[in-house]
Amino acid sequence: MAMLEVKDLEVYYGVIKAIKGISFEVNEGEVIALIGANGAGKTTILHTITGLISAKAGSIQFDGKNITKTPGYKIVGMGMAHVPEGRRVFAELSVYDNLLMGAYTRKDKKEIQDSLEMVYTRFPRLKERKGQMAGTLSGGEQQMLAMGRALMSHPKIILMDEPSMGLSPIYVNEIFDIIKEINASGTTVLLVEQNAKKALSIANRAYVLETGNIVLDGDATELMNDDSVKKAYLGE
Amino acid sequence: MMGFISYLVNGISLGSVYALIALGYTMVYGIAKMLNFAHGDVIMIGSYVVFSTVSTMGLPPAAGILISVAVCTVLGVVIERIAYRPLRQASKLVVLITAIGVSYFLQNVALLIYGANTKSFTSVVTIPPLSLAGGALIISGETIVTILACIVIMIVLTLFIRHSKPGRAMLAVSEDGGAAQLMGVNVDGTIALTFAIGSALAAVAGVLLCSSYPSLTPYTGAMPGIKAFVAAVFGGIGSIPGAFIGGILLGIIEILGKAYISSQLADAIVFAVLIVVLLVKPTGILGRQIQEKV
Repeated sequence: MAMLEVKDLEVYYGVIKAIKGISFEVNEGEVIALIGANGAGKTTILHTITGLISAKAGSIQFDGKNITKTPGYKIVGMGMAHVPEGRRVFAELSVYDNLLMGAYTRKDKKEIQDSLEMVYTRFPRLKERKGQMAGTLSGGEQQMLAMGRALMSHPKIILMDEPSMGLSPIYVNEIFDIIKEINASGTTVLLVEQNAKKALSIANRAYVLETGNIVLDGDATELMNDDSVKKAYLGE
Repeated sequence: MMGFISYLVNGISLGSVYALIALGYTMVYGIAKMLNFAHGDVIMIGSYVVFSTVSTMGLPPAAGILISVAVCTVLGVVIERIAYRPLRQASKLVVLITAIGVSYFLQNVALLIYGANTKSFTSVVTIPPLSLAGGALIISGETIVTILACIVIMIVLTLFIRHSKPGRAMLAVSEDGGAAQLMGVNVDGTIALTFAIGSALAAVAGVLLCSSYPSLTPYTGAMPGIKAFVAAVFGGIGSIPGAFIGGILLGIIEILGKAYISSQLADAIVFAVLIVVLLVKPTGILGRQIQEKV
């Protein structure tokens, strides 16, 4: 059974149908990429899964439970973390307080401390800057903080929305290496990216979105060699 | 000289009351992004509760204050639940008009229960006045208690917000409610908590205000409410230290204006100073430029 299963999902903004009945699934241990142009509905899908927007129709199953109507704030406690588009770190809180916010739903102090050490080991720069206000970090550092903050909830799956957006090429490579590492340590990843080439290079499978529909899906390496994908998304 | 110091102390005392009320405005604005214009009337309700329990029923003042804090806390949460929460997605203007409606509603409820006659409020402060400089400077017990209460509340509130989990959740929601929700914060619960705290502080402010200025009518809360709102804007709305500084400054300006310029013009001076401050620094003294997130 899939860890995350989205079925016939429809989402509206007012009267505008943004997501037109899409279905996809993510299995445990996979990296799944959702690729597509700006406005295709990638971010909307992630927001609907984690309850920031509600679905009009369809269902979302996570870990065997139907979470379509679950209040958003309860979802992170079930094991699903979301690194939102534009990072959205708490600019006026310190790096340390941002990380603690990531562990908001956890009670065990010892486990939280262990996660903190794990995040500091993975992102040494966050440790160096733990007392600094998050708003003073560079874009790449903020992306690392947003990812570290998500890891603090000890998730089974992480949803990542455009982690490479606005970053220099060096940071982009670093961020994608980190995503690979996070996945290798046992966390499932659902990745939304405009940088299709990078996304496909680390994904197991991918879905291609166009204006609220999935138009293509399959093995990431196959999609990378698909002529229509090459033309539309890889710029070849 | 002693006259000036005495006015200054009275100004700080009045300003402390404004600061406590302004905290309610500024916290609610920071977290729910709305102006709760009914906040001033919660003060009035709190004062009537103390009046009923202490002056009419004869309970000890401490019990009356506790009941008043409890009533106002519940009232604040209920107002938010019934009047504001259903409008979370509505435009700001709708919420603002609703808040004014709630304000009139509370005033008229008080009018129905207590009538329009002024009730004389018995001070809850029993400590004797402090006589300094050989009797040349006398500071009333009410003044001392008001200033001390404000300082203690500011310290406790700051510690709560900076170092407790619900406090950090409040900061997170005030910055980015959606991101806070992704961390597992119940945003509606956090907003309710903010209303509860603000209203409890309003109850305390009401008691202190009516102990110093002991006439109580259904409109008692309106003017201090507006001035505290000015104090919050003055200090930078959304900022807790801003509310404190804004409140104290406003109290000092008002009392000094009354003493040295004109008692009739004191309120006009207060608002004129606000206009000047906003012309020079539109975000208020400690307010920050809010950056729109892309």
